[in-house]
Amino acid sequence: MIGLVDCNNFFCSCERVFNPALLGKPVVVLSNNDGCIISRSEEAKALGIPMGAPLHEQQEVIRKHDVHVFSSNYTLYGDMSARVMSILREEVPAIEVYSIDEAFLRLPDNFDEEMARALRARVLQWTGIPVCIGIGSTKLLAKLANRHAKKNKALTGGVFDLPRYWDPEGILADTPTDGLWGVGRNLAVRLAKMGIRTALDFQHADPAAIRKSMGVVGERMFRELNGIPCLELEEIPPDRKGVMASRSFGSPVEGLEELEEALANHVARAGEKIRRFGLLATGMEVFLQTNRFRKDQPQYSPGVGITLDRPTNATAELMKTASDLLHRIYRSGYRYKKTGVQLTNLVSEEGFQPSLFDQAKPGRIDVDKIVDEINRRLGDPKNPVITRASQGTERVSIGTKGWKMKSERHSPHYTTDWNQLPEARVDS
Amino acid sequence: MEIEPPIPFAKRTSLRLPLVSASVEAGFPSPADDHLERGIDLNEELIRNPAATFLVRVKGDSMRDAGIHSGDVLIVDKSLAPTDRKIVVAMIDGNFTVKRFRKRGGQVFLEAENPDFPPIEVTEGQELSIFGVVSYIIHQAR
Repeated sequence: MIGLVDCNNFFCSCERVFNPALLGKPVVVLSNNDGCIISRSEEAKALGIPMGAPLHEQQEVIRKHDVHVFSSNYTLYGDMSARVMSILREEVPAIEVYSIDEAFLRLPDNFDEEMARALRARVLQWTGIPVCIGIGSTKLLAKLANRHAKKNKALTGGVFDLPRYWDPEGILADTPTDGLWGVGRNLAVRLAKMGIRTALDFQHADPAAIRKSMGVVGERMFRELNGIPCLELEEIPPDRKGVMASRSFGSPVEGLEELEEALANHVARAGEKIRRFGLLATGMEVFLQTNRFRKDQPQYSPGVGITLDRPTNATAELMKTASDLLHRIYRSGYRYKKTGVQLTNLVSEEGFQPSLFDQAKPGRIDVDKIVDEINRRLGDPKNPVITRASQGTERVSIGTKGWKMKSERHSPHYTTDWNQLPEARVDS
Repeated sequence: MEIEPPIPFAKRTSLRLPLVSASVEAGFPSPADDHLERGIDLNEELIRNPAATFLVRVKGDSMRDAGIHSGDVLIVDKSLAPTDRKIVVAMIDGNFTVKRFRKRGGQVFLEAENPDFPPIEVTEGQELSIFGVVSYIIHQAR
């Protein structure tokens, strides 16, 4: 059996754990740059605030109903996610962390609804995060069971065991195809043309027709829906093909110097990340993007990739290459919205045999290692204390440089920073 | 936006204090050598359940009689069930506060360690929100 655990309104729930004033109040969390609403509490959903809505479109309802608005605080969410996942890991033989707020579980045969409820209660008590658990014989069916548990929380108490339910077909009949994992709107339209509107229709469809219309992906869905597992639990994260670091600017950027500065910051983050995992990059891609939604402005979104002379994870080398690539693609006269870097074809440091001439010289000081260690101890990944000159002088640039991300309303790093712990008032 | 892989809570800072320190004579293996590997890991000692443990800073002095002073940091274990006389972090009127949990018969009270403040009775039906049970108090010596 497979279980799918999904944290309810995860980002809002994290905010609520450390801020009792938010209990019973509508809460929303914004995407990077404070652009769109990406998490809503039940109260916010009840106000009709749609998922993904731009913040500026919701200002009126926010003011009128006193909705609490937060910038995203990934430091907090990441820590809370790790706690939830570690609890799950202790309870079942294997888990696949599917996203920051979702995990597939391999369940022992005797795992029943009662145990699922106990697991749900444990996560809630230990972390304060409410979760829903769906159980099915395949990943796709576990997802479907989870959807039912979540949609009918009052009835299910957040737990639904599809195989042990008396009428599983009824549940499948109530699930429209676009509620299935991996079925988007376009695919749902195509399925409807074949007369397939619900998960039950899909389960009983003609496999040959499915295969013809949707290829192997469709066939796999069909089999999973019929209880034949095709999707394995991925316990170990798949090989890192690449690490991407990019971010939209708070306001458009035109000048090369500012772009270089932003890119240098992305390179520094990407470099730190691959070093942390003991990896070397063998390739690099750099890109620029203008705002494609501004049809009134000239558009130019180039990208360029190269194979590095030798695999590296040294920030200085990576920055030099990234800067060269940026110079190659930069054209003046455009208002850029985003720049970023991708380190590609990552290989393990250990597996990599340096050529005779590339051996580290004895006595050479590993600056990156020292910088990483200091930043890890004294700063956080978003606000390193040591940066290279090419990354700009952050303290000066806050508020003046366009590329700094907007994050005006994020909550404290309650769980990861000694100076930002939640406070208990004991003067009454 | 990619998400940074979370760093496990307990492993991040582990301070190992050597339990034994013996001056080693050249050429002689010290009998203490075999024991040197063991050290005290404060995280291990003070945090039994890392996934459920949170730190909370105290502001105010009304729990002074319980040894809790303003500025202290409480180690709070959310996995522990509050039982009679445990110190808890509770949520009252939209704030965190620290109280002594009292259960007498079927009645539940939250008591301050200060006679000026009457105990709060938690009546049936009223949602009692306990954030967690305080397991240790970190107080800087002055």
